[in-house]
Amino acid sequence: MSLDKATVAHIATLARIKIPDSDLEHLAGELSQILGWIEQLGEVDTTGVEPMTGVVQMDLPRRADVVTDGNIRDKVLANAPEPAHGFFTVPKVVE
Amino acid sequence: MTETNGSIIEGRTGPWEIVLGLEVHAQVVSNAKLFSGAATEFGAEPNTQVSLVDAAMPGMLPVINDVCVEQAVKTGLGLKAQINKRSVFDRKNYFYADLPAGYQISQYLQPIVGEGTIILDLPDGRTREVGITRLHLEQDAGKSLHDQHPTKTYVDLNRCGVALMEIVSEPDMRSAEEAAAYLRKLRSILRYLGTCDGNMEQGSLRCDVNVSVRRPGEPYGTRCEIKNVNSIRFVSQAIEYEARRQVELLEEGGTVVQETRLFDSGRGVTRSMRSKEHAHDYRYFPDPDLLPLEFDDAYIERIRATMPELPDAKKARFIADYGLSAYDAGVLVAEQETAAYYEALVEGEGGKTRDPKMAANWVIGELFGALNRAGRTIQDSPVSSAELGGLLDLIADDTISGRIAKDVFADMVETGKPAGEIVEAKGLRQVTDSGAIDSMIDEVLSRNADKVAEYKAGKDKLFGFFVGQVMKATGGKANPKLLNERLREKLQ
Repeated sequence: MSLDKATVAHIATLARIKIPDSDLEHLAGELSQILGWIEQLGEVDTTGVEPMTGVVQMDLPRRADVVTDGNIRDKVLANAPEPAHGFFTVPKVVE
Repeated sequence: MTETNGSIIEGRTGPWEIVLGLEVHAQVVSNAKLFSGAATEFGAEPNTQVSLVDAAMPGMLPVINDVCVEQAVKTGLGLKAQINKRSVFDRKNYFYADLPAGYQISQYLQPIVGEGTIILDLPDGRTREVGITRLHLEQDAGKSLHDQHPTKTYVDLNRCGVALMEIVSEPDMRSAEEAAAYLRKLRSILRYLGTCDGNMEQGSLRCDVNVSVRRPGEPYGTRCEIKNVNSIRFVSQAIEYEARRQVELLEEGGTVVQETRLFDSGRGVTRSMRSKEHAHDYRYFPDPDLLPLEFDDAYIERIRATMPELPDAKKARFIADYGLSAYDAGVLVAEQETAAYYEALVEGEGGKTRDPKMAANWVIGELFGALNRAGRTIQDSPVSSAELGGLLDLIADDTISGRIAKDVFADMVETGKPAGEIVEAKGLRQVTDSGAIDSMIDEVLSRNADKVAEYKAGKDKLFGFFVGQVMKATGGKANPKLLNERLREKLQ
């Protein structure tokens, strides 16, 4: 599978990464190479093999419905730029 | 100009049918969030109910809340749906300020609950079945406040990570009325089950509506998804507007573009959300932090054993056991508390039962009226079922008439006193002494000798006049049945 420049630009938009047009060609080639490398797995015959969900045989652990966390606003906001009145703030998102 | 007639819109070029499907996000009733131990309570100070998992700090891992799983299974059973013993959590990727992880943990190809059904109770007493496509568990996002600062959006993550059930219907509804009935019924079932409180104002029940139109009998048209419709009234308004918009567009030779639209409740219109252009490219993939969710039949049966009697079963029982109309039974079972009040009223205390139809009329008429006026719910009704029962007993044993009972009831609501006490204190006891009634009838007849003559000459309508006069003379306390009997005899 190979990616074209438009697809790379679209992925970059979704990931909110700004990429100059001059880099698209090069990145398309590089990403296509990675995909090609992974696609080699398709050569293995997996007929009748259950998809593996983990390397350890275990069930999904569950927690009891008890409040054990929270009330750590200072820690939650510690790395946030310009918190105000207990909120995170971001440039205005206009809908 | 177009006109809506139930499910059909009469356009300039012929009839169009509205096709509707609903996606409901129902907040799961639980103490802690879906994947963290932070609290879910509504209305806390911003960012105080946030764990480092919810804030998506690096290295934090989600651990699923067992009760949220149970609630989803219970809801699935309530929707008579297939329960999937193995389901998978996926990451739904999108970028927004109130979603710190950059993805929502949701379920995509393998949801916890599959196909089910829901029966709508329509206002005219008809019922209609609507298919449920699926129910899956997912996380809620945080909350953005756009109006707190001129250049900034404030973000509160308290809601981020709270468990939601997304419940998707088949495109089986054909009118705004049916969509409203669907929401009412779904809310009723969720509240009976205790899996969602159904509060639309606080956002614990949110609704997106898929609207399309087509010529009757033709394949489905292109649909638009309308977001942000947060009351049953707005759902109806949004559907009416959007269906007309699509019909007018098509009749002018245009095409409907599949898109997400926002309902503007202030102006009653829907408008395109251009910001969501890329939104449907979610790049789902299985969440590598979570194993598949698996349980066995015994787990499902344990949950089934805790199921209460649901509205449909209760309605059928009320119709069969109490002889109620489908409409009355539907009204009484909509809320569990109303049904419990009604049953306590009918079943009475100490083994005596009361007339079920009279009880239904009093609950739906007088009691609901009084609660509405006082802005109270049936849980904090000023008149308990035993107290109202006391009043109905006074009607049943002819102590007071039904008309006087309404005044006594108003007094009970006002003063909180029992019916018997009010009747005694105000001397409202019905006159059932035939001698006393006879003498009052005689008095009225002698005072109106001219009218008696007219009556005997064939003016039958005057009977009511005489009844009214005697009633007036007794302050409305004459037993109506006895009065009618005696009067008829005397006028012969």
